[in-house]
Amino acid sequence: MESVFNFFVVHREIIYFIILSVFVGIEVIGGVPTVLHTPLMSGANAIHGVVIVGAIYVMLHVNPDDYLALILGFLAVLLGTLNVVGGFVVTDRMLEMFKKK
Amino acid sequence: MKQSLLEIGYLIASVTFIVGLKMMGNAKTARKGNLIGAVGMTIAILGTIFLVEHSFNPLVLGLIFGAILLGTIVGWMTAKKVQMTKMPELVSMFNGMGGACAALISLIELKHHYHMMEDAARDGVSLPTQYGTMIAIFLGLIIGSISFSGSIIAYLKLNGTMNKPVRLPQYNIINLLVMLATFGFGAYLVFTGGSMIMAYGLFALALLYGILFTVPIGGADMPVVISLLNSFTGLAAAFGGFLYDNKAMLTGGILVGSAGTLLTLVMCKAMNRPLSNVIFGAFGGGAAATGSSDVKGSIKDIQVSDLAVLMNYSKKVVIVPGYGLAVAQAQHIIKELENLLEERGVEVKYAIHPVAGRMPGHMNVLLAESNVSYDKLVEMDEINPEFEQTDVVLIVGANDVVNPAAKTDPSSPIYGMPILEVDKAKNVIVNKRSMNAGYAGIDNLLFYDSKCSMFFGDAKKALTELVAEIKTM
Repeated sequence: MESVFNFFVVHREIIYFIILSVFVGIEVIGGVPTVLHTPLMSGANAIHGVVIVGAIYVMLHVNPDDYLALILGFLAVLLGTLNVVGGFVVTDRMLEMFKKK
Repeated sequence: MKQSLLEIGYLIASVTFIVGLKMMGNAKTARKGNLIGAVGMTIAILGTIFLVEHSFNPLVLGLIFGAILLGTIVGWMTAKKVQMTKMPELVSMFNGMGGACAALISLIELKHHYHMMEDAARDGVSLPTQYGTMIAIFLGLIIGSISFSGSIIAYLKLNGTMNKPVRLPQYNIINLLVMLATFGFGAYLVFTGGSMIMAYGLFALALLYGILFTVPIGGADMPVVISLLNSFTGLAAAFGGFLYDNKAMLTGGILVGSAGTLLTLVMCKAMNRPLSNVIFGAFGGGAAATGSSDVKGSIKDIQVSDLAVLMNYSKKVVIVPGYGLAVAQAQHIIKELENLLEERGVEVKYAIHPVAGRMPGHMNVLLAESNVSYDKLVEMDEINPEFEQTDVVLIVGANDVVNPAAKTDPSSPIYGMPILEVDKAKNVIVNKRSMNAGYAGIDNLLFYDSKCSMFFGDAKKALTELVAEIKTM
């Protein structure tokens, strides 16, 4: 029990941060017309590509002699990049269609 | 100095994610919103590469740049080249990549962790377990893996490689057990330490659960599943953010996690089905069988020349496009039909069901591609009262969204889903390739309606003939 309380105290700020972010996420989506659901989902998909930051971070601190970790890290950065670049570009292509001709 | 710059960079990125996503909720600002998000992301990525303290190692940096370069080229080309009809499965694929990225990060962190534990044990020191960190690592691993394998299955289902729902006997119970086993094993590893081999075992188990979770769900429900898996990946990214105390990852991840969950619920609402229904399956084999009613009449078909006359002398025509139109690549010819009819003084509109196509809004994107004006696309609630004054409704490749069973037959699996009330129009023409059932796998009573005629043929071919016929008049 002690450790649970301790955890809360140590991570207090981040817990506030998480709760507020959840509400921001809900607020941001509220009242979006149906026609924009697909581009919005695709755009959100690109944004969670921010996980690539973690991949680069872990890669920068990996032990260069650990080849397996290097390979896994390389893959992580590659997949994260695909998520980010592909995600933003495909969303842009969708939204381009909505432009007034 | 470097550290402060980095934090400022992450702050800017976080703000751009929020503002960008907000702007994407409005058709006018959407494209700019997406660009703003992309700029923020670039700042976060460049900041991480150049401002994070690390021991400079050319091999590592080379690998990072190589991976980014390769990923950018491949991602860019794929996204640019993909046909708009194939777009939902591409989104699913990119989502899976993000999930896999989160899972791999956790695996590397675990490798590092067990390595340190071994060293500590050799030196006879015991390290205190940091439960918060371990929980974040394991949850990132589990959720990322589920999102990865689930998205791959969704991809295969959408592109037709795997088009039948696969259901093990008692799949709900099996899935529940596998899920409990996955999280239970994860908890066990957090509290007992475990080993790298066990961590790989957990990875495999989570991948298996992702497959089992997605495989029984029918193709028609894939948009909901992709949206859900999308929010899972967001969550996995957020655990990464917690792990590294990285605010950009936290904001981006949680934003997508909560927004994605809400979007999933909104989509379910558009289909009038609770989420639990999608996941645990109301479209079961049993339900689909009872869905087909015994009352069947005869169906009529209409020849292209008769249809041309009918449409030419109509006042108002409403086109109901469905995924069949997209598959046949008929969106350009339908635009030509619209132009032709308007030249002759016929009013033409498009009725867009919230779940037309494979994703909400998918049909709008497809029609926009062939220059159909945005204000001709009318949403369901607005067009439904107009059907009574409509002379001809032309349904192209849509089926379940116009099935009256959704209103009249409580035993139907789609009962309760709001539909386009096309049966109120004076004439209903259905273009289909054959009498096969729609995506939900159920019969459509509309086809036996006395006002309804079938116009058989591939959408593109049939509409081309129709356009040619009208031109001769």
